[in-house]
Amino acid sequence: MSIRVDKTVDAKGLACPMPIVRTKKALDELEAGQVLELQATDKGSLADIQSWAKTTGHQYLGSTHEEDVLHHFIRKSNPNEVKEAKAYPHTISNDELLQKLANDTAPVIVDVREPAEYAFNRIPGAISIPFGELEQHIGQLNPEQEIYMVCRTGNRSDMAAQLLSSRGFNKVMNVIPGMSEWNGPTEKN
Amino acid sequence: MNQTELKGMTAGELAVKVFHHEPLFILDVRNESDFMNWKIEGKQIQILNKPYFELLESVDEIIDQIPDETEVLVVCAKEGSSQFVAEQLVEQGKSKVSYLLGGMKAWSEHLEPVKIGDLSDGGSIYQFVRIGKGCLSYMIISEGEAVVVDTLRMTGEFERFAAEHQAVIKHTLDTHLHADHISGGRKLAEDAGAMYWLPPKDADEVVFDFNPLVDGADITVGRTRITIQPLYSPGHTIGSTSLIVDGKYLLSGDILFVASIGRPDLAGKAEDWVGDLRETLYERYKQLPDDLTVLPAHFGSIAELGQDGSVSAKLADLFRNNPGLNMTSETEFRSAVTEKLPPQPNAYQEIRQTNMGKITPDDEEQREMEIGPNRCAVHDK
Repeated sequence: MSIRVDKTVDAKGLACPMPIVRTKKALDELEAGQVLELQATDKGSLADIQSWAKTTGHQYLGSTHEEDVLHHFIRKSNPNEVKEAKAYPHTISNDELLQKLANDTAPVIVDVREPAEYAFNRIPGAISIPFGELEQHIGQLNPEQEIYMVCRTGNRSDMAAQLLSSRGFNKVMNVIPGMSEWNGPTEKN
Repeated sequence: MNQTELKGMTAGELAVKVFHHEPLFILDVRNESDFMNWKIEGKQIQILNKPYFELLESVDEIIDQIPDETEVLVVCAKEGSSQFVAEQLVEQGKSKVSYLLGGMKAWSEHLEPVKIGDLSDGGSIYQFVRIGKGCLSYMIISEGEAVVVDTLRMTGEFERFAAEHQAVIKHTLDTHLHADHISGGRKLAEDAGAMYWLPPKDADEVVFDFNPLVDGADITVGRTRITIQPLYSPGHTIGSTSLIVDGKYLLSGDILFVASIGRPDLAGKAEDWVGDLRETLYERYKQLPDDLTVLPAHFGSIAELGQDGSVSAKLADLFRNNPGLNMTSETEFRSAVTEKLPPQPNAYQEIRQTNMGKITPDDEEQREMEIGPNRCAVHDK
């Protein structure tokens, strides 16, 4: 399984603290919201990267294990993400969306988070279109259909909903808050 | 700038400090969950946990908590992170700082031999204290011959010790199929040309040859025949067997510890074995001479170590003081040994499989499997 990321750090063969030292340095060079993959062979890196993410506030997305190599995925935190005002007026709560899923109406859900976030935890059936690529993939979507935009906390999906609305999509809803508090069914790669 | 040179401390040097109750300040830079699971203990040890990844930029946050007068030891899982943090402490002017060579892995593997006593023919019995994991092995030496009981994975240590004492290892015995650590008994027997003994009732699934350790098996060491008398004592496992050495020492395996008793659940049969465990402790052991010196295969906390670092007790004292031997009702006993048990030892199922010969992990995998405390007693945390 290959997950698209913005930067990859190769710390294979290195013992701690080097995997975390390199991750920290590489993350400093990324923009908020971008995703980094750390490749390490040190088994201790699995627990350490999670604890480190928790203390720094960066988002730990998940890890995969291929042969002897661990692949850890981290998304750089964005201090604005939590406070930003929502501008798109048409919203739906997690619970309401869950209800629609339960009613089996197969709603169109567009997940605008990064591919690595989507890979480790998503609503079953959600389509992945990262916010940065929405414009170029807009043709995949039908303006007449009800579309539910989801991200982690409702900000990227808010911007995405505004973008679609400006292109003539009239049945777009922003899911509030999104995956950060989603307690319905999920799937991963 | 202080130019103090940073030194590494070996696990052996640390063990001596713990045995002698020397004051030591430990900065453990592993992550919180590893620290909570398992750490270095000692009567005079102060310990602070701060993960290394919170100290990458600077040690300012903790520098005021690091003492100047007491010796400071920085510890991590393997070594690298503790060295990294220790260097920063030295740069900040702390002078009595060292780091643990080989980290908690080396600590987990270190064995410290302690002489327990003499035997009737002039031979001796030694206890090997695996202080970082709470495991105890024994070597009985008499007239140039040696028997090793509950051999740990680090077989080289036993070979070295026997050679130092001009003894040839003739037998290796396991009191039961261990679940918390990988036995070195079979390997040591192969390497030394000795006989390996295991209780047959624990060996249903074992895939190699062994000598059955049963009541009446005649095991002697030395020309004057120091006897090792096996005593079937089920409960921790169905095959658990104790050994009475030279009529003086009771090697109780994982049945009876100094501060607790064995847990019956590690092979998944807690309910079935509760009765056996109670019968062994409250009937079979009760019939033994109460001046026997009990030598268990584990200890649960550093408080069980005596002045010389060894772990032992008189059977009579344990009948008075050990909570596991003082539960009058069967109901109370049943609930104590089947409910609210501590978590199982790390990788205990894989360890049992390894000890049966069904899987053969490499050295590094074996090390990983054995990380953490032994947790074989019902009162462990």
